[in-house]
Amino acid sequence: MLTFAFRRLLQSVVVLFIMSALVFAGVYAVGNPIDILINPQADQAEIAAATAALGLDLPLWRQYWNFIAGAFAGDLGKSFSANVPAVKLIFERMPATLELALAAMVIAIAFGIPLGLWAGLKPDSIPGRLIMAGSILGFSLPTFWVGLMLIMLFSVWLGWLPPTGRGQTVMVLGVPVSFFTWDGLQHLFMPALNLALFKLSLLIRLTRAGTREALSQDYVRLARAKGLSMARVVRVHVLKNIMIPIVTVTGLEFGSLIAFAIVTETIFAWPGMGKLLIDSINVLDRPVVVAYLLIIVLLFVVINFLVDLAYTALDPRVRISGRSA
Amino acid sequence: MVTATAHSPLREFTAGFARDRIAVAAFVALCLILFAAIFAPFVSPQNPYDLAQLDIMDSKAAPGTKAGAGFTFWLGSDDQGRDMTSAILYGLRISLGVGVASTLAALALGMAIGLASAYAGGWLDNLIMRLVDLQLSFPSILIALILLAVVGQGVDKIVIALIAVQWAYYARTVRGAALVERRKEYVDAARVMAFSNLRIVFRHILPNVLPAMIVVATVQVAHAIALEATLSFLGLGMPITSPSLGLLISNGFAHLLSGRYWISFFPGVALLVTIVAINLVGDRLRDVLNPRLQSHYGI
Repeated sequence: MLTFAFRRLLQSVVVLFIMSALVFAGVYAVGNPIDILINPQADQAEIAAATAALGLDLPLWRQYWNFIAGAFAGDLGKSFSANVPAVKLIFERMPATLELALAAMVIAIAFGIPLGLWAGLKPDSIPGRLIMAGSILGFSLPTFWVGLMLIMLFSVWLGWLPPTGRGQTVMVLGVPVSFFTWDGLQHLFMPALNLALFKLSLLIRLTRAGTREALSQDYVRLARAKGLSMARVVRVHVLKNIMIPIVTVTGLEFGSLIAFAIVTETIFAWPGMGKLLIDSINVLDRPVVVAYLLIIVLLFVVINFLVDLAYTALDPRVRISGRSA
Repeated sequence: MVTATAHSPLREFTAGFARDRIAVAAFVALCLILFAAIFAPFVSPQNPYDLAQLDIMDSKAAPGTKAGAGFTFWLGSDDQGRDMTSAILYGLRISLGVGVASTLAALALGMAIGLASAYAGGWLDNLIMRLVDLQLSFPSILIALILLAVVGQGVDKIVIALIAVQWAYYARTVRGAALVERRKEYVDAARVMAFSNLRIVFRHILPNVLPAMIVVATVQVAHAIALEATLSFLGLGMPITSPSLGLLISNGFAHLLSGRYWISFFPGVALLVTIVAINLVGDRLRDVLNPRLQSHYGI
């Protein structure tokens, strides 16, 4: 187990280095930020001074070297437009994104697993068919369009929910959280629902497929023959066994929720780091883009690493095959 | 059950496909969409990008309003007085064109790399597959965003981004299929005939993995269209001169809060119907052609 964890960790570090070089080299190729940042009337000397001040006159490898050295010290450069450290800007926005992703995950799990169980236990009933049809629709609906239609329905026609922005927050352990105020929850509901839709469909399908497979197994038939109630069989025998794939996918999908939050945040003007990324791309704020990408790559590498470990811990079969390999 | 008459493979395939009525309906819908997209200039009431045909007096007309030029805005008009029906038909053209073109290019690229990887084996195979794993561990939207942040905007750029997002998936699938085929007797036979590796890969293995790959590609077209629409909505996709469905929806966003839902609503419906139709047809193709092939999560 420890060897496996160590080898996996080493892999993650390599991935991180490769990605940092790719991201840096890539983003370096985008336009010249000086053109955007400086007053168009500035003369050559002023432009040169600004270029030197931002370190843009150095050769590419020197810039990368400074960048990596800085990255280890937690410094990914200053935002060109806001003139504060890029990392600070992103960490300020991160709680909003994590809150959104968490709320979406809670919605997806709270509805996806029960609905999937229902569809799996009664696949030929009308509700079972409706649930499946809904999940197919959920897979095909373009997320951003659904977001617009939610605003249309709940804000414009019904007037129940505010269309954009984040509501009133309460500081919990130094982090602003909107779960505890009515205003905050009102603002959170639509973006979270929008973000959850795709994962909800995925969880319904996963749970349904797992349930149907488990129901045909001998241990379930034995449990029924033993005279256990259906409720107990579902809770103890079925659910426990389908939890492994569900936990894995849920973990892996959390990363993609944060990535897809870019779209949802743009629609609902949610002040998270996804919206920050889009805004920064539009003004060619290179350090923020690079910092965002690196942080998200780091996040993904960590999530994949943890999911692999959790998977190994949950499923003994993986451990055994891993040892022989 | 045994049928008395012998069937050609094509007839068998058609009969198998037709057994699912929903898939047939989806196929008919897809044909109509394709027809409307290809012949958009002939079936749409106006050319939405010919400024001479637009009348600012017609702007933001609700669905069903009569236009100054005589025809009816069945789906309303946008802030420039552009007929939404026409804009959607032209937009479908662009969305489908970008989706199909990028998928075909990614398919060709992915298959070439995947086959090479399967045939080369050793460190090259290892390197390519690690790269594929690495790329597939990130969501496609993130990869596309990074790329577009790097290369900038434009039709060619978005096609490149969509190819870059898709190739890894094909490379992995075709490699798996090719490794299975390689162990079969006809490949041994070809090798006994002293055919070159290149000839075996392209003349013997490729034709046998192609049907499965085409099925995968059909469903991928829907993904490509959805991804392009999302990127265009974020303002990083198609330029304003090639308004795809995503860009139309994005334009309508500004008018949503004033209650003019139709500018965003109908392009979204067109997008949704297209994606659902492609998915249903693709799923059915998969079931009929290759029951073993499974979707992403094995469900």
